[in-house]
Amino acid sequence: MWDQILQFLFTGVTVGATYALVALGFAIIYNASDVVNFAQGEFVMMGAMCAVFLYSGSGLPLPVALLLAVALTIVLGMSFQRFAIARARGASVVSTIIITIGASIFLRGVALLLWGKDILAMPHFSGETPIQLGRATLLPQNLWVMGGTGVMVLAVHYFFHHTTLGKAVIACSCNRTAAHLVGINVGLMMLIAYGLSAFLGAMAGVLVTPITFTSYDAGVMLGLKGFSAAILGGMGNPMGAVAGGLLLGLIESMAAGLISSGYKDAIGFVVLLLVLFLRPSGLFGKASAERV
Amino acid sequence: MPSDPMLKVSSVSTHYGPVQALHGISMEVYPGELVAIVGANGAGKTTLLHTLSRVQNASAGQVWFDGMEITRLPPHKIVAAGVCQVPEGRQVFAPLSVDDNLRLGGFTQRKDHHWFEQELERVYDLFPILKEKWQQAAGTLSGGQQQMLAIGRALLGRPRLLLLDEPSMGLAPLLVEEIFRIIQQLNEQGVTILLVEQNARAALGIADRGYVLETGSVVLSAKADELLEDEAVRRAYLGY
Ligand SMILES: Nc1ncnc2c1ncn2[C@@H]1O[C@H](COP(=O)(O)OP(=O)(O)OP(=O)(O)O)[C@@H](O)[C@H]1O
Ligand SMILES: [Mg+2]
Repeated sequence: MWDQILQFLFTGVTVGATYALVALGFAIIYNASDVVNFAQGEFVMMGAMCAVFLYSGSGLPLPVALLLAVALTIVLGMSFQRFAIARARGASVVSTIIITIGASIFLRGVALLLWGKDILAMPHFSGETPIQLGRATLLPQNLWVMGGTGVMVLAVHYFFHHTTLGKAVIACSCNRTAAHLVGINVGLMMLIAYGLSAFLGAMAGVLVTPITFTSYDAGVMLGLKGFSAAILGGMGNPMGAVAGGLLLGLIESMAAGLISSGYKDAIGFVVLLLVLFLRPSGLFGKASAERV
Repeated sequence: MPSDPMLKVSSVSTHYGPVQALHGISMEVYPGELVAIVGANGAGKTTLLHTLSRVQNASAGQVWFDGMEITRLPPHKIVAAGVCQVPEGRQVFAPLSVDDNLRLGGFTQRKDHHWFEQELERVYDLFPILKEKWQQAAGTLSGGQQQMLAIGRALLGRPRLLLLDEPSMGLAPLLVEEIFRIIQQLNEQGVTILLVEQNARAALGIADRGYVLETGSVVLSAKADELLEDEAVRRAYLGY
């Protein structure tokens, strides 16, 4: 029984780490501009699909293919900001959110046209020999996902709390006019926020695809889960989003293992609704009055 | 008076959608001056400062700073050129610490570490209460402390022209006096100042010259002491 629970824990943390990265991407853009970017899941899919095709299509070594895929996705995220979001300057937050929904549909369509409907695989980074821990097992790729997520979460935390550039991004979200008046290039900060979110999404994509596979529509569910995780943790609180992601992954994995895998998504959403009912600002959200 | 103005505003108009808030404003500020703009509620004082910093677009006219046209420059470049603003209502970055607020004030000067650290010390000396609370979230400060923070934040932008929008708003009389004393002191140290105020008496009391703004137009401009003596100004803005 305990071995089984340990096994669910490993699975849960791995899946949860992916959700955490997606949720972190949501939180960063939300924090910088009050916009929920519904194309966040498509950043994950784009990172994964580019990696698969750069690797299998061009015979590049895996690390090079991965780096290129991540870089391409960052460029995609920044172009999206520059040519779709920034162009609609002056549009309301709601209109901007609708633009992101449009972009997510568009990106899915592009992926479908370019790469078809197949479910695609990617090699594990360092083999598939399971690591035995008691009677539970762990793949090296699970460690890649957990470790990679850990490093990125720490890096994001450092960026927002210990660099002037990170604080300038936060300043844009607290008070855009004041940010302009102290000489912050607000447009550039938005570009950075989207680039960073795309980076996190693409990293989630390339880390987890060896385990979960990918397809042109893989971003839909991941986007939804990441969004739930961000809400669960308290929208606009990056570290809350990470905690929300891990929690959602664990809940799903326990539900799938202990109850039935058919119910795992439903149980995840029920927990989300319950939390929102009891604590509308999320588990780690500040009371909404604190957001100015 | 030197012949070249530091700031030259020529026939600037500004609209909010179809509503025209400024009607062809023209004015000058010469190097070293302290110029006051007084006017009632809704006269367009904030709109004018917003237009100068280009967080609001001018619909007509030009703004020149140091002989360079800045009418269409993006706001961060205007700050980098040396025009810094203390906005109406302080507008500090509430969740960030006092120190972070000041550091962000120096965002355009962050490459010049030496100057920046020195100036930061100077601002902390000017406002010792800020030094005491340097780690506290700016949103938790009192109104007067937030005003000091907003001024300190603007000073770290290395202003040659400092725009102040109603720095006395909502402050207790003693604090108002303190703030005006500091503004005067900054001016004596060589910062050129454009001061917007509803508190006309206090503003004209420390200013060299003044402009009176009414419904988006300049209706009077003169030496500050002449304005203080002016019959119409006294009745409309000084209340005696
Ligand atoms: N964002 C806005 N949208 C539409 N109209 C505006 C906006 N801001 C100001 N106005 C209008 O423009 C005019 C000038 O306003 P402004 O805030 O510049 O006046 P002010 O002199 O700064 O007043 P106060 O002393 O109250 O600060 C007013 O009629 C105001 O109603
Ligand atoms: Mg005003």
